[in-house]
Amino acid sequence: MSFWRKVFAITWKDVLAEMRTKEIISAVLVFTLLVIVIFNFAFGTSPDVVKLVASGMLWVTFAFSGVLSLNRAFVMEKEEGCFEGLMVAPVSREIIYTGKMLGSLLFLLIIEAIALPIFAFLFNLGVFSWQLIVIVFLTTVGFVGVGTLFSALAVNTKAREMVLPILFFPIVIPIIIGAVKASESALSGGSWGDISSWLGITGAFDVIFLVVSYLIFAFVIEE
Amino acid sequence: MGGANTASQALSVKVEGLTKSFGNRLTLRGIDLEVKQGESVVIFGPNGAGKTTLLKVLATIMNPTSGRILIDGLDVKNQAEQARRRIGIVTHNTFLYGNLTAYENLDFYCRLYDVPGRQQRIQEIIEMVGMTPRLHQRVSTLSRGMQQRISIARSLLHKPAIMLLDEAETGLDQQATAMLWEALAAEGGKRRTIILTTHNLERGLKVAERVLILDKGIITYQGSTKAMNLPALERVYHSSTENEP
Repeated sequence: MSFWRKVFAITWKDVLAEMRTKEIISAVLVFTLLVIVIFNFAFGTSPDVVKLVASGMLWVTFAFSGVLSLNRAFVMEKEEGCFEGLMVAPVSREIIYTGKMLGSLLFLLIIEAIALPIFAFLFNLGVFSWQLIVIVFLTTVGFVGVGTLFSALAVNTKAREMVLPILFFPIVIPIIIGAVKASESALSGGSWGDISSWLGITGAFDVIFLVVSYLIFAFVIEE
Repeated sequence: MGGANTASQALSVKVEGLTKSFGNRLTLRGIDLEVKQGESVVIFGPNGAGKTTLLKVLATIMNPTSGRILIDGLDVKNQAEQARRRIGIVTHNTFLYGNLTAYENLDFYCRLYDVPGRQQRIQEIIEMVGMTPRLHQRVSTLSRGMQQRISIARSLLHKPAIMLLDEAETGLDQQATAMLWEALAAEGGKRRTIILTTHNLERGLKVAERVLILDKGIITYQGSTKAMNLPALERVYHSSTENEP
């Protein structure tokens, strides 16, 4: 219980700070909506074209929004010198990882929950399928799980905005591919059976990414 | 005192053969140090001598490259979390989140340290540092000195037995400095162990019982402050270091 109490204390602290500044959600949401609008102008709303590119557009948008959001995950700790405050507290590094990861996951899910209906509206798509919701959730978990680790790594570098995507994208490509393929099927009205193999792959990567990130986070922040 | 051995029971801090390197640069070169319970030790040294690194390693913020550290008999390598419960640290960085209020910051750290009766403890400690009227103000709107007072409150929340102070008086006025030492010295009738770094020789001489001089990662001098006055300390400092203070 103590583990989760401390995890939620770290997550709640991030939520409180975000409620005050709206630094992550508002900025990333504006970026996300702009990308969706640009895609809308570029590809139009012709059903044939949209069917072909919708899934790719969705995940390109969410991938870049996600990186933008993760870039800020440890900035508050870095800029205000609070990282050492966390390090000197009697909490395991795994608690810090889990708390920060849940905060980032919450912010990204909120952004996606707002962006998805707008995406659907602009492209005349029916995105309110359980399949798509599960795909988005599973992909976001894996994405944020490994992204939190790389964000902690990148925050200590001078060019962190560049370092994070360069390190991070090659690692999450399998999860993005799975999401694109599964979403393609879900957006064209596919059944659970059609997407199950891709969901399985995404789920497996989630588990691998979460476990590995959880275990090596301590080395990343201590060395 | 789980894990404590008989020899180290009266010691708050015991350091054996401590080294710390950053890449090829060796910052601490085999530090041996023993600090008794309730003792106050000041570490002097020129910039880059390794004072802050030593304190960060003692606070378990950094891992040592080699060597052994016991905090109240607890080996920080295997019992880091228990050791951290015994440590309070104040540095020129306040470890406070600017967008949160003083209360929210203190409440956050109370939760991390499992402080019982959080609200009462926060009221008690904030009164001690004279910041009650600013409790619900965002930290970023407070002056540097006020932030440092809140930082002192943060460091004392869990009633640590050992205080590590790295240039802790930065930004504090005379009244606040006096308050700092009053708050740090003791709580519940028990004296705290204090290890501090400062460039102010006079101040260090006044507040500490023992002086250490660190130069290029090595302790070049240690002795009692009892029979020492400022000119004598200055002579020792200059002969023990290559640079000016």
